[in-house]
Amino acid sequence: MNLPPPPGPAPKHHVLSVLVENRAGVLARVASLFARRGYNIFSLAVAPTQDERFSRLTVVVDVESAPLEQVVKQLNKLINVIKISELDPRDSVERELVLLTVRANAEQRQQVLSLVELFEGHVLDVSVDELTVTAEEHPSRLDDFEELLRPFGIVDIQRTGRVALPKLEPGGVGSNRH
Amino acid sequence: MVTNGGSALIKALELEGVEVMFGLPGGAILPVYDPIIDSPIRHILVRHEQGAGHMAEGFAHATGRPGVAMVTSGPAATNIVTPLCDAYMDSVPMVVITGQVPTPAIGTDAFQECDTVGITRSVTKHNELVTRAEDIPLVIRQAFHIATTGRPGPVLVDIPKDIVDPANPRSALDWYWPTDAEVASSLPGYKPTTKGHAKKIRDAAELILSARRPIIYAGGGILKARAAEALRELAELTDISVVTTLMARGAFPDDHPLCLGMPGMHGNYTAVTAMQEADLLIALGSRFDDRVTGKVDAFAPEAKVIHVDIDPAELGKVRRPDVPIVGDCRLVIEELVTALRDLSGGDIAAAQPDRSTWRSTISGWQERYPLVYEQSAGDDLLKPQFVLEQLWERAPEDCIVASGVGQHQMWTSQYWRFNHPYTWVNSGGLGTMGFSVPAAIGAKVGRPDRMVWAVDGDGCFQMTAQELVTAATERIPVKVAILNNAYLGMVRQWQEMFYDERYSEVYLSPDLPDYVKWSEAMGCVALRVESPEEVGPAIDKANEIDDRPVVLEFRTDSNEKVFPMVPAGRSNSDIVVDPSQPQPGGAQ
Ligand SMILES: Cc1ncc(C[n+]2csc(CCOP(=O)(O)OP(=O)(O)O)c2C)c(N)n1
Ligand SMILES: [Mg+2]
Repeated sequence: MNLPPPPGPAPKHHVLSVLVENRAGVLARVASLFARRGYNIFSLAVAPTQDERFSRLTVVVDVESAPLEQVVKQLNKLINVIKISELDPRDSVERELVLLTVRANAEQRQQVLSLVELFEGHVLDVSVDELTVTAEEHPSRLDDFEELLRPFGIVDIQRTGRVALPKLEPGGVGSNRH
Repeated sequence: MVTNGGSALIKALELEGVEVMFGLPGGAILPVYDPIIDSPIRHILVRHEQGAGHMAEGFAHATGRPGVAMVTSGPAATNIVTPLCDAYMDSVPMVVITGQVPTPAIGTDAFQECDTVGITRSVTKHNELVTRAEDIPLVIRQAFHIATTGRPGPVLVDIPKDIVDPANPRSALDWYWPTDAEVASSLPGYKPTTKGHAKKIRDAAELILSARRPIIYAGGGILKARAAEALRELAELTDISVVTTLMARGAFPDDHPLCLGMPGMHGNYTAVTAMQEADLLIALGSRFDDRVTGKVDAFAPEAKVIHVDIDPAELGKVRRPDVPIVGDCRLVIEELVTALRDLSGGDIAAAQPDRSTWRSTISGWQERYPLVYEQSAGDDLLKPQFVLEQLWERAPEDCIVASGVGQHQMWTSQYWRFNHPYTWVNSGGLGTMGFSVPAAIGAKVGRPDRMVWAVDGDGCFQMTAQELVTAATERIPVKVAILNNAYLGMVRQWQEMFYDERYSEVYLSPDLPDYVKWSEAMGCVALRVESPEEVGPAIDKANEIDDRPVVLEFRTDSNEKVFPMVPAGRSNSDIVVDPSQPQPGGAQ
């Protein structure tokens, strides 16, 4: 696919990568620091890392930078939080996955399929008048995917939330990891 | 050695050096109360779980060691939420153990079940629900480690009944005691920074050596870091005056010529104004609380700020420091003194600019605006300030004083002369009415060698007075001075000044309850004091009693207000002094 590079997330969005202990209650601790201040968590993805004792959370929040700095410091105070970095979209790689059920009768099916193909997606399920498809892309590309399918009629959608890691330095190992 | 969770828990407390704990049993925690009978730990049975929490806090304030409280599940856990929040706000090291319903019953709305870790998450430094008996020794060690290191605070450990009940096979464990290294490696996310950054310390020293109007703004962190001596050395070497916040009273001696006393909403004129006019604030373990800064945008407008705190989240939270230093106050001050010596070639005084004008400005303020009140003789009502002066004069130098929250608290902080660290036990951040009686009891348990006074309001007293039954039963001879002004005085003061004297729901009555009869019924010696001549003799009499609690009820003037005062939300430059003094510019 040959499209221009994806724009970053909206300026108010901040992406935090939070390494935490993989144990009960940790997610609630993290989430409640945002909730207490009335900040909305826009998206959230959690899974264990290569070391099963730890999980990585990718949190996208809608906050101005100054209050975010305070929240990050408060997050750092949580005993179960190991490390936090804010990921600048320009210095990180980001992906998201979507499952989407869209209306598509026999006539529309071809049009939907060509969009799925354009986004390097797959068909997971099919019925006479609906398709369930998946795509895995940069989050802003998934926004486009969703927009393009909307006219057909989206029946159901589940996105995973953004996951992100810092970009590698071409020159060396781990040099961009904070 | 095979043991059970309940015995392991008590043994773990013993090994952590716990000598006394405060609590009250109930269904879910029953199995842990059984081994207490055979333990050397002294358990003090409270009359309300809030009392247990504040006693643990008072113990910690007075001794520097963590206070320990143990209560059952559900309503007992919710009763101790206020002390947890209080300890969290004031960075008090405390470990609270709560019972919980058996693991299989959790989440079923079982009898006396509540989500204790959920409820207390935001008012503890850390909390933990233990789900396996074999985790108990490690979790207890972690709790004490977390509560007492870094920025101290309360830690809660929630223990389901099945893992401590010897009748349940889930309570069996092989005893082990984790090493320090095991505790540290079990907490990969917890590494408090204690040593200050060398470059930043040098920057701070340079700022100090060039400041013309510097002030040391000492906070409760000085006491937590046991840095009172280091602070004194720094102040004396640099000849810089010190303000001590409500949480830091006693961290620097009030009688020291460099001490300016308490700043803030009810601070004295000189402390407030010296901060306001300073060109350098050296904030040591203080947190720019809104009660200190007044309107933040107008606070100390010309001051550069050096901010030292062990909690990185405090740096820049309210005021962006020019030199932020994360570290333990004692270590950083010591490093700072070394840096000052190095930079000045040994003679710190000679390396600093001439500050004689600043010094004479400060002493001018002190002369113009001392704290004032007028006690008339005869049958007039007592002035609370007079009572406090008398209490202080008649108490030994190292007497510990606790207070409730309200006008009486501010007068205590203003009129008591604190010359020793750890003699002031107070609820600053949360401002918890009812704190003083149980906190004084905890302090007396921790320091039986010291005289302990609680200065309480009539409103506060009615919130936790029942703990005097605990004190009488356990022979803890605390002394309580009730400043009975028949009002929720502090609220009345705001209604008088800011709500056109429309008094809404603040009247309490001087006679109901009858404080003397009530105190006597709780096993105390009690006296009512109504005239100025009676004050001294009554205090002397109370000071002589050492085998039971004493309560003195002082009938005080409800019209008396706390001054100076910076009205809430206003700039510290708008400080209002006592009406008998000329109002400084800016105030009405
Ligand atoms: C638990 C609690 N409830 C309410 C308040 C609000 N409050 C602050 S001071 C005060 C009045 C305290 O009255 P009293 O104990 O008689 O002390 P006084 O101000 O009269 O000296 C009140 C109601 C509080 N701080 N704590
Ligand atoms: Mg009162």
